[in-house]
Amino acid sequence: DDKLLTVPLSHPDYFNVKELFSLKDLFDARVHLGHKKGCRHRFMEPYIFGCRLEQDIIDLDQTMEHLQLALNFTAHIAYRKGIILFVSRKRQFCHLVESTARECGEYAHTRYWQGGLLTNTHIHFGSGVRLPDLLIFLSSLNNIFEPHVAIRDAAKMNIPTVGVVDTNCNPCLITYPIPGNDDSPSAMELYCKLFKMTIIRAKDKRKQNEAFRELS
Amino acid sequence: LRLIYTTTAVQRKNIGASGPEKYTEEFIKKQIEEFNLGKRHLANMMGEDPETFTQEDIDKAVAYLFPSGLFDKQARPMMKHPTEIFPEQRKIQWGEDGRPFHFLFYTGKQSYYSLMHEMYEKFLNLQKYQDQLLAQDLLPQKEKRNLSGSRWLTKIELEEMLLEKLSNDDYSRFIQLLEKLVTLPCGDIEEKYVQKFSREVAAQLKKVDIEPLKYDEQGVAFSTGEGARKTARATVVVYDNGTGKITVNGIDVLHYFPVLQDREQLLFPFQFLDRVGKHDMICTVSGGGRSAQAGAIRLASAKALKSFVTQKEVEFLRQAGLLTTDPRVRERKKPGQEGARRKFTWKKR
Repeated sequence: DDKLLTVPLSHPDYFNVKELFSLKDLFDARVHLGHKKGCRHRFMEPYIFGCRLEQDIIDLDQTMEHLQLALNFTAHIAYRKGIILFVSRKRQFCHLVESTARECGEYAHTRYWQGGLLTNTHIHFGSGVRLPDLLIFLSSLNNIFEPHVAIRDAAKMNIPTVGVVDTNCNPCLITYPIPGNDDSPSAMELYCKLFKMTIIRAKDKRKQNEAFRELS
Repeated sequence: LRLIYTTTAVQRKNIGASGPEKYTEEFIKKQIEEFNLGKRHLANMMGEDPETFTQEDIDKAVAYLFPSGLFDKQARPMMKHPTEIFPEQRKIQWGEDGRPFHFLFYTGKQSYYSLMHEMYEKFLNLQKYQDQLLAQDLLPQKEKRNLSGSRWLTKIELEEMLLEKLSNDDYSRFIQLLEKLVTLPCGDIEEKYVQKFSREVAAQLKKVDIEPLKYDEQGVAFSTGEGARKTARATVVVYDNGTGKITVNGIDVLHYFPVLQDREQLLFPFQFLDRVGKHDMICTVSGGGRSAQAGAIRLASAKALKSFVTQKEVEFLRQAGLLTTDPRVRERKKPGQEGARRKFTWKKR
């Protein structure tokens, strides 16, 4: 049991998530496109490559690194049978995100976030609920362009967060931010595909390792 | 882990709060056993066969053994199957390892949101199909859906179906999505799915029963009608092939109702149907005052005219309000007040 959990942690990229995406894929999915200069958030300036005709362009090299870290982290969480919750408040992609979560076997919340869902679980769900072990934000703003309440709540409940941060978002409380576009359908489809593949890969790896252990 | 039934909280969001409302599966099973035993005992007591003792027999036996004068039927002693007494509730939503079963569990309203997700999926599929048809120019013509025979589920019915509390906004969004789904040109494919959320509405037209015409000795068609207004009661016989002569209690209408307003009231049904000079009327009226008697005769004549006229015109009469009895009656005077509503003059000191 010990070896099952400690062996993956010794490798830097046990699940080989680097091969799932390339710079060209990110560029074709228009992940590098940010919002206009006026919408720029101060803390996103390190991640921005430059500004063309007042539109911010996100540095895809940094995005690659951050995406690799984030996908590796989700793979480890999925390997250890953690509960993953996909959060997005973008109405256009609500259906896409929910379908992705359903296909992975994980959970999604793309609807109105009621006040104490994470902080007041006894009232909402009952005693003995298990909280999510990872929150993935496919869009870290809510419909009023303010940071999603779940970022703060997850930080309060010590739940690690992975989030796609656009140029108008605040990357502060997110543990593994991924600077990238969250408005284009192609970019969202790419992210959903990547997360789905990592989670399924990690779960299959877990089943494989457990089967090996049974045999030996 | 025992599966514990929890209530769908009516007033509070407090689904998980421990209280007297939690019923375990074993508890319900025990209640069912006790009920069956009790049913057999009751059958023996009443001298009936325990095997063929139905719920109606139980109700009659209980009403016989425990006669109660209480007005509220639900306050009287009753013996029903436990599934009817203990309301249907939701089990705990997660498994042994703590992972919830439903993928939308963390939203709070899982059944409602999964329903919306499903419907939206069907909507998107229909749109894709429609686009394909459009590309091949095979779009079918939209036939008008029959709106009068059905209605959508009410909010309470939806809540019962989903076993969850909903807000008014949630319900209105659900209805909007249903309407959108139905108004698509290819909406007929999803008829079966949509029918789950619609209920039949009995047409109100059938309530009005029209009597057939009667013929007297000369072969003249006539029909009778009865009407009431306040304390006045009137019976009216309307004859066909007439000149518009009206007799009330043996007296001509001009002498009985000297005021124009009352005669206008009598004329109204005929004017509405464009049959002003075509019918004769003989009325008997008693009780009430001048205006009440006029109103009573009006109602009676409208009811009599139903037999002479087509279904559509009867519906027009009903919608004009000529066929409804005016329910307004004199309100009683209450003690401590000067009249029905008027209070005594209030004096500051």
